[in-house]
Amino acid sequence: MEPILEMRGITKSFPGVKALDDVNLKVAQGEIHALVGENGAGKSTLMKVLSGVYPHGSYQGEIFFEGRPVAFSGIADSEKIGIIIIHQELALVPLLSIAENIFLGNEIAKGSVIDWPETNARTERLLKKVGLRESPSTRVDTLGVGKQQLVEIAKALSKEVKLLILDEPTAALQENDSQKLLDLLLEFKAQGISSILISHKLNEVNRVADTITVLRDGRTVSTLDCGAEEISEEHIIRDMVGRDMAHRYPERTPKIGETLLEVTNWNVWHPLQSDRQMIRDVSLRVAAGEVVGIAGLMGSGRTEFAMSLFGRSYGRNISGTVKLRGKEIDVSTVNRAIANGLAYVTEDRKALGLILEENVLRNTTLANLMRVAKSGVIDNAEERQVAERYRRALGVRTPTVFQKVMNLSGGNQQKVVLAKWLFTEPEVLILDEPTRGIDVGAKFEIYSIINELAGQGKGVLMISSEMPELLGMCDRIYVMNEGAIAGELAGSEASQEKIMSMIVRSKSNV
Amino acid sequence: MSELSARQRKTAEPLGETKAEGAVSSIGSHLQTHVREYGMLIALVVIMGFFQVVTDGTLMRPVNLTNLILQNSYIVIMALGMLLVIVAGHIDLSVGSVAGFVGAVAAVMLVQYDISPLGVIPACLLLGILIGAAQGYWIAYWRIPSFIVTLAGMLVFRGLTLWVLAGQSVGPFPRSFQLLSTGFIPDVFGVGRPNITAILLGAITAAVLVFMAMRNRQRHTKYGMEGEPFAFFVAKNGLIAAAIIFLSYLLATYRGFPNVLITMAVLTVIYTFVTNSTTIGRRIYALGGNEKAAKLSGIRTERLTFLTFANMGMLAALAGLIFAARLNTATPKAGVGFELDVIAAVFIGGASMSGGVGKITGAVVGAFIMGVMNNGMSILGIGIDYQQVIKGLVLLAAVIFDVYNKNKAA
Repeated sequence: MEPILEMRGITKSFPGVKALDDVNLKVAQGEIHALVGENGAGKSTLMKVLSGVYPHGSYQGEIFFEGRPVAFSGIADSEKIGIIIIHQELALVPLLSIAENIFLGNEIAKGSVIDWPETNARTERLLKKVGLRESPSTRVDTLGVGKQQLVEIAKALSKEVKLLILDEPTAALQENDSQKLLDLLLEFKAQGISSILISHKLNEVNRVADTITVLRDGRTVSTLDCGAEEISEEHIIRDMVGRDMAHRYPERTPKIGETLLEVTNWNVWHPLQSDRQMIRDVSLRVAAGEVVGIAGLMGSGRTEFAMSLFGRSYGRNISGTVKLRGKEIDVSTVNRAIANGLAYVTEDRKALGLILEENVLRNTTLANLMRVAKSGVIDNAEERQVAERYRRALGVRTPTVFQKVMNLSGGNQQKVVLAKWLFTEPEVLILDEPTRGIDVGAKFEIYSIINELAGQGKGVLMISSEMPELLGMCDRIYVMNEGAIAGELAGSEASQEKIMSMIVRSKSNV
Repeated sequence: MSELSARQRKTAEPLGETKAEGAVSSIGSHLQTHVREYGMLIALVVIMGFFQVVTDGTLMRPVNLTNLILQNSYIVIMALGMLLVIVAGHIDLSVGSVAGFVGAVAAVMLVQYDISPLGVIPACLLLGILIGAAQGYWIAYWRIPSFIVTLAGMLVFRGLTLWVLAGQSVGPFPRSFQLLSTGFIPDVFGVGRPNITAILLGAITAAVLVFMAMRNRQRHTKYGMEGEPFAFFVAKNGLIAAAIIFLSYLLATYRGFPNVLITMAVLTVIYTFVTNSTTIGRRIYALGGNEKAAKLSGIRTERLTFLTFANMGMLAALAGLIFAARLNTATPKAGVGFELDVIAAVFIGGASMSGGVGKITGAVVGAFIMGVMNNGMSILGIGIDYQQVIKGLVLLAAVIFDVYNKNKAA
């Protein structure tokens, strides 16, 4: 069939990283084309090139749409010819109504006066198409994530969409919402709309995709035709991961000691909606020298659990006990949690971990300033020595410790966050997505640091959405779903399938 | 850390590279990277030079110079507190009204109740702290935007000023209270004119500054930090020292150092030290730079915000006392519009609206830029209408200059 889209030899570099390297992608007219790959494989970058977020000229290679070469200088250009992208983070204005959101920037108006009857009538037709039974005047913030996703799709349909791109549309959705969304995609296909589906959920991909393109480290690895033969998930994973697992994770011989951290019956309610329980009876333990993982989907409550544990930084009506070496400890404020040997490396290092305007030195000592100060006055020499020591120990690549952290790469920023928490001399480190958004080389370095910490007898609790990472690093893995522990696996017996099936099984029980 | 040290050999770059990076840079590139720091100081000197010429030397006449200091002291003092507030990511619009209110309360206590200044001054400073704390409470613990809380405070304390004074001016004050503002450090050597004590204090200050700069530079070189080029260092400190001694001499030929200059200088030193070298100062910058990260690092951000406003209240009270003492009367109009001068001074001095960035020295220089322009334009007889326009444009220009530099660097 005639391809609606062809991307040829796309290469895109960022300072220090080649995000895309000679990538080819061909999407046939009226098909659902799945784009899969690990985090950081280049999927989102490729879609940003396609939609014009990275304008023509900032990358090498050619794009053909409906047979004609195209060069977008911005997202408006790609939308004009019918390429609509729906991002993982929804781009709706929460305080506006559904109708206002759908026609935002594209209002149906005479002159500049909005034609409300027409707007509402069209919105209703669009909502019917996507199967959303809501009034056009409903405010978007009153809808759940699944329904908001449908509003986004309706918005896409309001423009003349020929190619719909969905970036992990089901990541934040419940199972039945996901199914509905996939059915919708199939329906669009029947109407002749092509789509590109980016997803980590291989069962979904297998269900709807006609063709699968696998990316790995910024290159096209394979293009699989699902029509010709049944493609197994193992096959896709093999293509996605490619390398030998042993080379991606440094070796470590676990020396597991006494139990360090023990959390029992941890319950947390939503900070604003007092009837919504976010964490249910979570109990877990971490031993000295042990790396323990928490697996789960987005929204499974892992971060909420960690933050509520660390000085009640999330939620309300928190109950449960925390013990360190068998003795109950007070973690009711961040200070007390730190003093009692906990450290929490946040998921979002820029928003929650670092003071970007400040330098490496000041970020390193921030959580334990008292250690470099005498009666409230900072000892500059001492502070400088501390910063230098951690810079060398963690291999932070920066000319001096006086460099602002905003000028460092993601991997080096992450090392600064780690340095900050190591300087508090914790016994247990909670690492929330410690390698998100950093390149493969830096990941390996972070893994090495984690292993060394475990080697020193510290306990590590690692939250990650990248299952291979958990499988490669952890001695034991807890699987979390909908705020509760769905199961526990020894590292040696764990596999992606087992983790996924635990998640799915716990769902059917609820 | 035995295992970590094994890594360190592998991943850390050789120390030599750090040394090379930390080496002294050329004068040109140094000026370029520190353009903001020196820019405003240079601007102050240029503005002073300009008015010195167009006023035929009136600006730098000892009597006018003394006036300039007296006129600006309360703005400078409030700018110290405002800098902390703005660095913490907030704003305080109420300082003018609070200064006026505290001045009014002091006047009533002194004149109508005949209370000694020794009782009035501490009581009024405490009142300022309480007012700041009351506003800070809503901002810090209830997360009401500071703009709104202090806008309310601005109205409330303006109204209370009118009420306390019953719409009248209250004065005059006992001589001992006036000394707060119009007193001068007496000449211990008994010469009087020129005031030897003032010259000596100026010389000592200059010497101490040069000595500290040298010690700092030595320490920086020891740690391989990037230092200023040597010639630049000498020129800069030489000029600053010469300027201080020259200005001291000018003041000495009139009546010597005003008391309020000493108050201002001591407070500036204290707040510079607090922002540069103490944990509380560091934490205020962290709070303004990224509140969530600061909180997750164990910093009690609410308490810190609260204290920042309490401190602002105290300084506003002090400014109110000094202003009242200078006029020798408390009027219902006292302090009107001060907040705008103070906030402008802090932004001209390089602080960032979004918090986390700003320096005490910058705020002080910013206050004097505003002050010299006020004074110079008044000498020239430029109407208040044009003065406002020009001051507004200077503020805008300073901030545009800032943003331009930032974009260029990025």
